[in-house]
Amino acid sequence: MIGPDHRSPVWPKPEPGALAGIRICDFTGQLAGAGATKILAALGAEVIRIEDPVRQGRWDILRGTQPFVGEHRGIEAGGSYNNHNAGKLGITLNLRDERAKDLLRDLIAASDAVTENFAAGVMERLGIGYEAQRQIKPDIVYVSNCGFGADGPYASFRSWGPIAQAVSGLTFQSGLPDLPPAGWGYSFMDHTGAYYMAIAILMALYHRKRTGEGQWVDLACIEAAGTLHGAASLDFTVNGRPARRSGMPNSNRSQSPAMAPHGIFACEGSDEWVAIAVRDDEDWQRFADEVGEPWAGDERWRRLAGRLAYEDELERLIGGGTAKHDKHTVRRRLVEAGVPAAPVLRPSERIDSDPRTKDWGLWVTVPHSAVGDTRVEGLPVRLSETDWAIGRGAACLGEDNQYVFGDVLGRSHDEIAELEAAGVI
Amino acid sequence: MAPPNRRPLDGIRVIELTSERCALAGKLLADMGADVIVVEPPGGSPMRAYEPFAGDEPDREQALWWWHYNTSKRSVVADLDQTDGADDFRRLVSTSDVVIEAEPLGRLAALGLDWSQLGRAAPSTTADAARPSAEASRRNERLIWVSITHNGRERPDPPATDLTVLAEGGPAWSCGYDDHTVPPVRGGGNQGLQMACHYAVATLMAALWWREDSGRGQLIDVSMLAAANLTCEFATYFWLNQQVDVQRQTGRHALPQISDPTQVRCADGRWLNTGVPPRRGPEFAALAGWVDELGLTDECPYSELLKLGEEYEQIDILHLDADPLGAEVFGAGRDTVNFLAERLGAHELFVGLQSIGLACGIVYSPEEMLADQHFEARGFPVEIDHDGTPVTYPGAPYKFSATPWHATRAPRLGEHQDLLAD
Repeated sequence: MIGPDHRSPVWPKPEPGALAGIRICDFTGQLAGAGATKILAALGAEVIRIEDPVRQGRWDILRGTQPFVGEHRGIEAGGSYNNHNAGKLGITLNLRDERAKDLLRDLIAASDAVTENFAAGVMERLGIGYEAQRQIKPDIVYVSNCGFGADGPYASFRSWGPIAQAVSGLTFQSGLPDLPPAGWGYSFMDHTGAYYMAIAILMALYHRKRTGEGQWVDLACIEAAGTLHGAASLDFTVNGRPARRSGMPNSNRSQSPAMAPHGIFACEGSDEWVAIAVRDDEDWQRFADEVGEPWAGDERWRRLAGRLAYEDELERLIGGGTAKHDKHTVRRRLVEAGVPAAPVLRPSERIDSDPRTKDWGLWVTVPHSAVGDTRVEGLPVRLSETDWAIGRGAACLGEDNQYVFGDVLGRSHDEIAELEAAGVI
Repeated sequence: MAPPNRRPLDGIRVIELTSERCALAGKLLADMGADVIVVEPPGGSPMRAYEPFAGDEPDREQALWWWHYNTSKRSVVADLDQTDGADDFRRLVSTSDVVIEAEPLGRLAALGLDWSQLGRAAPSTTADAARPSAEASRRNERLIWVSITHNGRERPDPPATDLTVLAEGGPAWSCGYDDHTVPPVRGGGNQGLQMACHYAVATLMAALWWREDSGRGQLIDVSMLAAANLTCEFATYFWLNQQVDVQRQTGRHALPQISDPTQVRCADGRWLNTGVPPRRGPEFAALAGWVDELGLTDECPYSELLKLGEEYEQIDILHLDADPLGAEVFGAGRDTVNFLAERLGAHELFVGLQSIGLACGIVYSPEEMLADQHFEARGFPVEIDHDGTPVTYPGAPYKFSATPWHATRAPRLGEHQDLLAD
């Protein structure tokens, strides 16, 4: 597993980040978990990701699945995996073996937090639930993340992004009238679950730093998702008005706050679109002046109430206009007039043609031991004193065994070689 | 419910300049114990005019948007354009740990109220240290300043809303329907605003951690456009790794190729996300067993194929072309779920399939999720007291065992104005 090239850490260490000194014993995977510790790693934490050598780390379905990096294939070439694990260390532990459990105990003792997003109950079955962790390190911070949470009637139910989105109401809230739910065309809650997990880890660590007290955070992705449409939830609990009602959802329009016109309109070309949001009557006046057509001067449109009352007609008129223009032209003219507008950008456009994302440094090229230089996502923040950095690609399976078991846990070269030969690591 | 006696952010004071772009960030901190003081202009935050209202009567104290995004905060009114208001703001900042703002670029600097004027200066030079100015002594060296803008403090700040951020930031491209004459869809709930707040809070926590030892605050510059770009999953990874654009598909992942539907309408009209249909022998056996329990074995046209499925260790769904029988069996699993959907309500199908180990999800509306027994049992819906009247809210996004999440109602306009009298 460990090649001769990986006897010691080979990557230059970036400038110490804000979280320098924090060590995470990390069992996370996929995006909902790995996405959280990726943020911590970029901010300077030492994240030690643990994988099962017997299954070659394939518990994480993103290891070795598409999209692959270029022409590469296999467990080191999963593009999503390589993105979510950039900046972390990678080790292997076969926890079926008692000697691996000894190593794990030592690692937990040397760590600040244990993180995982297994199904509920897996850590207990592995003998490393919260109580066991506390026996090893009384002030450990433990953050678990699963769809339905650690207890409750559905604790055994399984989940991933689209299921969390469905059950939480997020899928329902995304769509157009008289059509099936459009939902989110990707695992929005894997990203967002990871954000909440990162926040939870850091809040619990901050509390420990100031008080010495550790704790367990039980993060249910679906509950995190259930906080993300609060006004709609309160409209029911306060006003008795359900979101499941005629004409709803209609998420390209804006009911809360009420705005009109507010939608996505076809432009010249195939599958080309522009989003336009007229926030208030002043925006409307600017919009109407810029459009400059007789229909835009109709008195009915001058006040929000009129635009809402005849919104279907208004959208048809606007769509008739946008269809004759390039989406970038519509955007430029409206934004210059002071009206919010933006093209719907394809991945190719926003990643490789939008100078704003490149200028930010959003797409980071990192070296990866098996597949060479790859591009991964950075962070959408800049810190004036301790900026983020991602110095390396995802670790290959067991790539940092020597460093972690040797330098961190003090095992000798010979011992590590023996553990490797015995299939313990 | 009594507030817990220990909170992660006890003693941390946050000044938030009210804006829909940063309200969630303040809420996340306030609900975990920070003293978040939201500064409103005379007349109140624009969010107080957002629909819907409690009782449907427009009233600045009854806006449900305001209620949800401003729990656990305190409110003061200060007109930053006036000398008195600006002085109030300066004094608040001088006693605070964190400022969160999403003002139009340049507005605060023009008023002398920006990070560059109130926070610690850019890395200090020896010359500065040699002659401390009156201005420098007013600076709050420990202040952390979170600035949320369209695309950072050094780039243009166009008029923008949640919709336009999700359009040019990428999410909208992936959301919508198989039929591409139907527009892409904005995911609901103002997530374009919330994405930036999530990154802002995670980063702020890192800055608080660093300040504990260094004693130094810093500026955190958050880009809404970048946050949206980083919340697109496969659309981004397919382009970065394969230089191929994904295409949106009804209710499921946008992918380069068209995939099979994953939503089915159930007998009660509600939808179910079917997840991945059975692939392994025991899953086929469990599904056949449940069909039998329901007394539908004879009626179900796929019963024979389900039996065959029990023989499979795992059907290789990526290579169904090479295994015609496997393809047929796999199809039968999916068709059986659809068969059941014609006969069962969405909740019965959801619980039934999950109980036999098949991951799936009912498409709940927000109010249905809040009322579900599982989330009730976990204490997710919470009652927050509104001056004697309990109101049910979505509760904790995470359950901390020692320092639990806790929320109180949003403040009335200027309810804590006496904070400025100190």
